[in-house]
Amino acid sequence: MNENKPTDHSASKVMKLLLGDEALALGAINAGLSGAYAYPGTPSTEILEFVQANPTARERGLHSHWSSNEKTAVEEALGMSFCGKRSMVSMKHVGLNVAADAFVNSAMTGANGGMLVISADDPSMHSSQNEQDSRFYARFAMTPCLEPSNQQEAYDMAAYGFGLSERLRIPVMVRLVTRLSHSRAQVATEPEAAAENTLSYPQNPRQWVLMPGNSRVRYRELIADREKMEQESVESPFNRLSQGSDNSLGIIASGIAYNYVMECFPQGCPFPVLKISQYPLPKKLISELFAKVDRVMVAEEGQPVIEEMLRGLLDTPSRPVLGKLDGHLPRTGELSPDSVMEALVKAVPSLRTDSVEAPAASSVQAELKDLVVARPPALCQGCGHRDVYAALTAAMKMYEAPKVFGDIGCYTLGWLSPFNAIDTCLDMGASITMAKGAADAGQHPSVAIIGDSTFTHSGMTGLLDAVNEGTPMTVIISDNLTTGMTGGQDSQGTGKLEQICLGLGVDPAHLHTIDSLPKTVEEMKSLFLSEFEHKGLSVIVARRECIQTARRHAKKA
Amino acid sequence: MKCDIILAGVGGQGILSIATILGAAALRENLHLKQAEVHGMSQRGGDVMSCLRLSSDPIASDLIPTGKADLIVALEPMEALRHIGWLSPAGRVVTSTVPFVNIPTYPDTARILDTLGKLPNVTAFDMEQVAKEKATLRASNMVLLGAASPYIDLSPEKIEAGIQAVFGPKGEKMVETNIAAFRAGRETALSL
Ligand code: SF4
Repeated sequence: MNENKPTDHSASKVMKLLLGDEALALGAINAGLSGAYAYPGTPSTEILEFVQANPTARERGLHSHWSSNEKTAVEEALGMSFCGKRSMVSMKHVGLNVAADAFVNSAMTGANGGMLVISADDPSMHSSQNEQDSRFYARFAMTPCLEPSNQQEAYDMAAYGFGLSERLRIPVMVRLVTRLSHSRAQVATEPEAAAENTLSYPQNPRQWVLMPGNSRVRYRELIADREKMEQESVESPFNRLSQGSDNSLGIIASGIAYNYVMECFPQGCPFPVLKISQYPLPKKLISELFAKVDRVMVAEEGQPVIEEMLRGLLDTPSRPVLGKLDGHLPRTGELSPDSVMEALVKAVPSLRTDSVEAPAASSVQAELKDLVVARPPALCQGCGHRDVYAALTAAMKMYEAPKVFGDIGCYTLGWLSPFNAIDTCLDMGASITMAKGAADAGQHPSVAIIGDSTFTHSGMTGLLDAVNEGTPMTVIISDNLTTGMTGGQDSQGTGKLEQICLGLGVDPAHLHTIDSLPKTVEEMKSLFLSEFEHKGLSVIVARRECIQTARRHAKKA
Repeated sequence: MKCDIILAGVGGQGILSIATILGAAALRENLHLKQAEVHGMSQRGGDVMSCLRLSSDPIASDLIPTGKADLIVALEPMEALRHIGWLSPAGRVVTSTVPFVNIPTYPDTARILDTLGKLPNVTAFDMEQVAKEKATLRASNMVLLGAASPYIDLSPEKIEAGIQAVFGPKGEKMVETNIAAFRAGRETALSL
């Protein structure tokens, strides 16, 4: 198996300008990747898109088709790893919830060929419904986790991660965050891709059959392996304890937070800094830092994972710990060079440097308040979802307490004015199942609105529940023939939605297809109204291609 | 050399291509570069912002600290004001004066321009007009890049090479149009 050593940025390297997502993808291709799997989700989408467009990947015929959802993607990647080849699977943080069953159990089967599970967190919720931190999942499943702090590390960690995964025979998580995924920098890359692994089968076949007898044996091994994993973290080139001239404070900075700490000290940091980019936490390095300094500040992007572990339940660490839990750093939202500087100044007031010059904005500060107003995102002009919502809101006016259960996609924007058309948005596919629960509770009309890609991601199984019980509810599949929100990736159900519904058992008399156009709004409205009155399940597919992808298709043609 | 730039606009206006072009130019100059951008929900007509940092020394943070940006480059006047807190005391705003009104609450444009005018270093003109006259409306973002170029430590030739690199795959005509827009923007800014 090939084992690339990280960070040899010699002259033979090719400099490329890459997003963090792209750097990781290219690193994987150059490390002998055989297959990439993913479901699109901001900020992870560009990883698979990069593989799809990469000439080497095309030439080699590397797998790079979108999967139906994150769970199928993880399982497909694991199947490839089972056969000894290097695979990677990428998703956004909440996608890991969908894939959690597969991911957590993949730590039990272990990996054969190196396998990277890439989860991109979105602190500040730029394009997500929560701020969950994927590092919890790695800890929960007991897999190692890599957390690059910059684009170069993202590139280097692919080869390193594959090596780690093959040494320890376990999938390795790579945790990204929005500001790395979507930030570009120069990256030194190998001029050529390493050879792929050849087909080979696991040396420990029992472990891949998670029957209780096998699992009990494996679980003990997995726990015993923690020591090896920790040793890897101690020796990792990505975890570094640097000395300082002032031991009144020590800083633990993980992932991208390390950059913000360094930004605060252009002349070099006077305090010892432990940079962490590999988990499980390197206890030995942390003890060394604690032995040296009076207090420890923890800067980490996302939830206070490291900080909570250091504090412990009783909050009795051997040195005072400063971080998000005591208000030094903000508890929510992403970090910034400003918030880290503020925390450092709170901890060490002498760091304050009062700038003599007033900021440029000071002369106009007072006027800004009513001159800068929010500009929320909106559905594109000419988007079919608009016409669906126009028809739906008109139909809903006929009822006293209609409820519309929404879902994840561009059409979530239908909650905003002028539509104010949906009442809920929870997770992928929840429109159908929540509408069902509401109908079970006696709600009428109970309407689900879901996009085509979300429907095949997680809506189909819920629809089967409704079919089986003949639930009186209406499902509107607003089909734009793509995964629109993430920029127009292929949607797995395109051309098959009606067949899928019929196959699941939807009554053909209550399965309708209609174009969603300004001129069909009236027609859609009457269709909605008549199906609301049906005392069983109805599915209406309202179809019109996303205008963004339509434009692209028109240009290509 | 160090140049920290905030690029601001509305989703879909094309500020990200400005970043890509400057990136390509900086790569040729062997400068260090970091450029953080926003994808996803806000691209649907919401406000978008990108931090672009160029430096001869290694750059730590992908984000620019507030009060430290050398330039705010905006395709839209209210979006220029939105990020004004990032501007350093000696920093400059380069913005188009044409409002992009896609919200009912858009403030009075005259007041926005008036406030912008109170800042010490401002380059503001109707970039759509210049784009229409000298190239095409869609190249307004290249007019903006041209207008900002005198304040960026990269030679115009290098930036034009960046335009060539980015638009090259779309055909020579596209390159010509965009370079024409770039030059017109630069000339207008220098003549103000
Ligand atoms: S990207 Fe497509 S689906 Fe999304 S709002 Fe625009 S037109 Fe509609």
